[in-house]
Amino acid sequence: MGLATSSVITLHINGEKHTLPVDHRTTLLDALRERLDLTGTKKGCDQGQCGACTVLVDGHRTVACLQLAVAAEGREITTIEGVADGDRLHPVQQAFIDLDGYQCGYCTPGQICSAIGMLAEHAAGWPSAASGDVRPAAGPTPLTPEEIRERMSGNLCRCSAYTSIVEAVARAAEADASSAAGVPEPLGEAAA
Amino acid sequence: MREFDYRRASDVSGAVALLGDDPDARYLAGGTNLVDLMKSGVERPGRLVDVRELPLDRIESAPDGGLRIGATVTNSDLAAHPDVRSRYPMLTQAVLAGASGQLRNMATVGGNLLQRTRCAYFTDTTKPCNRRAPGSGCPARSGEHHNHAILGASETCVAVHPSDMAVALAALDAVVHYETADGQGELPLDQLYLPVADTPHRETALPTGALITGVFLPPVPVAARSRYRKVRERASYAFAIGSVAAALDIRDGAVHDARLAFGAVASRPWRARTAERTLIGAPATAETYAAAAAAELAAARPLPHNGYKVTLMHNLTVAVLSELAEEAAL
Ligand SMILES: Cc1cc2nc3c(=O)[nH]c(=O)nc-3n(C[C@H](O)[C@H](O)[C@H](O)COP(=O)(O)OP(=O)(O)OC[C@H]3O[C@@H](n4cnc5c(N)ncnc54)[C@H](O)[C@@H]3O)c2cc1C
Ligand code: SF4
Ligand code: FES
Ligand code: FES
Repeated sequence: MGLATSSVITLHINGEKHTLPVDHRTTLLDALRERLDLTGTKKGCDQGQCGACTVLVDGHRTVACLQLAVAAEGREITTIEGVADGDRLHPVQQAFIDLDGYQCGYCTPGQICSAIGMLAEHAAGWPSAASGDVRPAAGPTPLTPEEIRERMSGNLCRCSAYTSIVEAVARAAEADASSAAGVPEPLGEAAA
Repeated sequence: MREFDYRRASDVSGAVALLGDDPDARYLAGGTNLVDLMKSGVERPGRLVDVRELPLDRIESAPDGGLRIGATVTNSDLAAHPDVRSRYPMLTQAVLAGASGQLRNMATVGGNLLQRTRCAYFTDTTKPCNRRAPGSGCPARSGEHHNHAILGASETCVAVHPSDMAVALAALDAVVHYETADGQGELPLDQLYLPVADTPHRETALPTGALITGVFLPPVPVAARSRYRKVRERASYAFAIGSVAAALDIRDGAVHDARLAFGAVASRPWRARTAERTLIGAPATAETYAAAAAAELAAARPLPHNGYKVTLMHNLTVAVLSELAEEAAL
């Protein structure tokens, strides 16, 4: 079998197609930052442990540092550069600004992408480790601060701005509930 | 990182053929463990066969009333599935207790089962480690081992299996289905992981090149009242230092049926059959739960720095069984 250690791939990012040759070892994170100049996505640990590199793939939040760029071909990738609607900030972005959901800002793009994905998961009825009774009969779990902390635990903040991050996410969730705009695309149930 | 070839498979036999019998090739699923280990040099594959587009991403009811879970179902989809939540709540809780929302969206059932130990010597290629480099020694025994095994370990390796999901699957009598070039096969989860013995580098009983295609759950009526509880060093987003998956059916004041498995205590999820035998038929009391925990943990052989785990597992077992009993009484 012939051995190819690089490929020309096409990535779909924020609604645009980018065709580029990549060494197979390139992570999606490095492709975004080093090759496509999309430096909003941050590199913290590069080991899946901090969430700074969170991007949405096919609508789901994921970490870009443990994905190979070549494996992301064909998927819809949304980075922090793509979450606003033109000049109108995404409600989660607006809430982080209004409530100071950061100090240095390094973890913020990851926090915001993660919160967008998390709100869609919650809207789809997904339980979390903080939800006592996970049985569907128990009904949907309200997005309490405890639920937000658990669901956002994959995003570390070295400035420890957690208190205002939780408030910002709660504010964005209220905005979602009260206006159709900004409601994330509903996620499909797992194939039932 | 070593350079590698990348192939994407679209059907099961194609994936198995692409991997072939090449000892240097690996299946790539979510990549959350494999890519990490490739960065640290623990894994140095020459070829990756990406399995995420295989048609193995569904959860279906089986004719016997159980569930068939495809190998590429994400951890998130598994935890959120209504049938899993209502019929096997301990499985949803176990999956949700692991990793983070982002990682669960990437991680798959097959990859979760085959994730490697988090022993710090295993992931550091500058250190000896019998599991990674057979015969090189085990620095954990005399070194850092506060989160290592208390059950079923050997002189050569005392590492624990890190999966939460697999602990619930062990309690639920899950069966792992796989495919090789020679056809299909299956292994009860209890037999998937090999005893450590003096060959810790041989981790599973899967034949060479086997692709896990799915995990089948039999109907387990007792699991409708079940629970997974995990103890860790922080409240969320950390591996277990001890965990319990338990199901309990109490009738007329006695334990009619029970399931129990322990996590983070052995090189594999630890089905606590001795404890189950103690429980079944005995009065549903805290004394019984304590006797069951003690019976299982009689085999514990803690190391100098992880003796706390014996107490932890004892208390955790009693607490979870008592909670389930209280819930049943409501
Ligand atoms: C920061 C962090 C925290 C974590 N915390 C937890 C935790 O608390 N609890 C927990 O349980 N886990 C935890 N994990 C581990 C995580 O659950 C696993 O990495 C994940 O489940 C692996 O699944 P994957 O699909 O990404 O596998 P991959 O990384 O793609 O593969 C893992 C292994 O399985 C093999 N493989 C994959 N699919 C198949 C298949 N179908 N057939 C045969 N072989 C296959 C691969 O070749 C590879 O050897 C954590 C991981 C990280 C990075
Ligand atoms: S406990 Fe096992 S994995 Fe850890 S260093 Fe020893 S041999 Fe390696
Ligand atoms: S950089 Fe990806 S999780 Fe830290
Ligand atoms: S704001 Fe500085 S790391 Fe979070």
